[in-house]
Amino acid sequence: MRGLKIIVLAKQVPDTRNVGKDAMKADGTVNRAALPAIFNPEDLNALEQALWIKDNIPGTTITLLTMGPGRAADIIREGMFRGADDGVLLSDRAFAGSDTLATSYALSQAIRRIGEFDIIIAGRQAIDGDTAQVGPQVAEKLKIPQLTYVEEIKSVDESRIVVKRRLERGVEQAACNLPLVLTVNGTAAECRARNARLLMKYKHARTVSEMQSANEDYLHLYNDRPYLNITEWSVNDIESDPSQLGLNGSPTKVKKIDNVVLQAKESRMISSSDEDIEELMVELISSHAIG
Amino acid sequence: MNNLFVYCEIEDGAVAEVSLELLTKGRKLADSLKCKLEAVVLGSNLQGIEKQLFPYGVDVLHVADDPRLYPYQTLPHTSVVVKLFEAEKPQIALMGATSIGRDLGPRVSSALHSGLTADCTSLEIGDHEDKKAGVTYKDLLYQIRPAFGGNIIATIINPDCRPQMATVREGVMKKEILDENYKGEVKYLDVNQFVSPEEFVVEIIERHIEQSKVNLKGAPIIVAGGYGVGSRENFSLLYELAEVLGGEVGASRAAVDAGYAGHERQIGQTGITVRPKLYIACGISGQIQHRAGMEESAQIIAINTDPEAPINAIADYVITGDVAEVIPKMIRYYRKNTK
Repeated sequence: MRGLKIIVLAKQVPDTRNVGKDAMKADGTVNRAALPAIFNPEDLNALEQALWIKDNIPGTTITLLTMGPGRAADIIREGMFRGADDGVLLSDRAFAGSDTLATSYALSQAIRRIGEFDIIIAGRQAIDGDTAQVGPQVAEKLKIPQLTYVEEIKSVDESRIVVKRRLERGVEQAACNLPLVLTVNGTAAECRARNARLLMKYKHARTVSEMQSANEDYLHLYNDRPYLNITEWSVNDIESDPSQLGLNGSPTKVKKIDNVVLQAKESRMISSSDEDIEELMVELISSHAIG
Repeated sequence: MNNLFVYCEIEDGAVAEVSLELLTKGRKLADSLKCKLEAVVLGSNLQGIEKQLFPYGVDVLHVADDPRLYPYQTLPHTSVVVKLFEAEKPQIALMGATSIGRDLGPRVSSALHSGLTADCTSLEIGDHEDKKAGVTYKDLLYQIRPAFGGNIIATIINPDCRPQMATVREGVMKKEILDENYKGEVKYLDVNQFVSPEEFVVEIIERHIEQSKVNLKGAPIIVAGGYGVGSRENFSLLYELAEVLGGEVGASRAAVDAGYAGHERQIGQTGITVRPKLYIACGISGQIQHRAGMEESAQIIAINTDPEAPINAIADYVITGDVAEVIPKMIRYYRKNTK
């Protein structure tokens, strides 16, 4: 059996699960700098599924594709430390302000440039938006089928895949021919840890932009070891219709942003003492809130 | 033309709750837009399905009835909806934020190049003035949802592209029959005009759908736990209290992510929305996404070690203390005073 060519779609996201007190600026806007940037959790689940296929089908290669600012190269390196073969960073101001549709357009044009593939695997959704739209939108743009909410790959060969899908009220086993898009659920297997050998191999991997500020002592490495060059594409490296990119290519617009205002109720403060709790329970019983 | 469409999901011959909730909301929006409410339903053996839908004020029902259209499959359902929308040009299209709606919605929006907002917690009609372009848009759909980790509430609009699409979770909108005798028109679609055989590429080998054993929406009392509960063991206290009070157990997303409770118990923007008589929030900090799913509860008790927790601001009773200490006391004094 020939090895498969897999593209993993991943996103670097602000860690919205650990929002600290300094996450909001005084003017009520989000202070992105205060939020740590992480590998979107379900994209790591997606990477693990790709690595599982690579374990089982020798010759399989994994390319990690991400769109974002220069620092998003971090997650490509992180993917390589765990077993991805290479990565592409799609980075340009022209992509700024993209909603999910403009993002999926840019990603699908980058995938066309990458060329042949058997499976595209993405996390179900990113924690900064929770939309779960980009995977299916990419599949539609590429005119290929999709299997969403994948929890487990039951079997895969060069022509067909069988997966278990986690639906809100149950599970489904479904099969489909390749090529296709999979989106992977957080309930799927966790991503394996970094591999020490791969960490040593790829720790100096850099994009062209990063190399410009890299330590001169290492510059010779990038000629000697081509695998340390992370591909970086700007808008000029993909074929695109400018009207479908960035803010202009985004049908959805943010009309306004409101801060979360707590409409404070007059609450009664109660201690955890026996007397206070008993009094509360008696009150709730007599008001028929309980009982 | 340019009406409001709701994609209705079918499970075992019944229209999904979330679809009926969206029809209820859709009827109100259609009234303020002075347009018709249209529903589209795809599946197998759908004779008489209009009886379930017309009472919600559906003016036109599009039915695609074909054995191959049930259970749901991505490509054939996408084809039918995309082609129908191309012909009918809806101004608004609503879907449930379910494993079906979230699979179908993005495909349809990608094919039609229309904007889609996920997991809206409120939908309104309003105008928009684009000062830079000097254009005023009348009667747009305001798609309102918490964003960015719940630190902000965003109002999203689609000024130029149609349909304006949005998904909404089950329980967010209230289901209400408009008129038992409401009469609409049924239009049967010639499925072969919409779908080609090559689109049935996915083979569904096995399917286990269970009616959820957890009935959060119908529970008068909910005891919900957050990350602050601290452990699975402490979570068992919540089950005890719920059982004693005759309630159900819910959880915040952080508690579900931590493995304290299953997904079917998740309350909030990306879970289920509840409106019980009494909501007891245990170790829940109360981020906006959680509050979006429970703030219409008649009474709220917050139990938290943090006196500054945001949940306290919307609580009727704030108990400052440790869940593991407070809950056993609540059980004890409930029993003592109801004997």
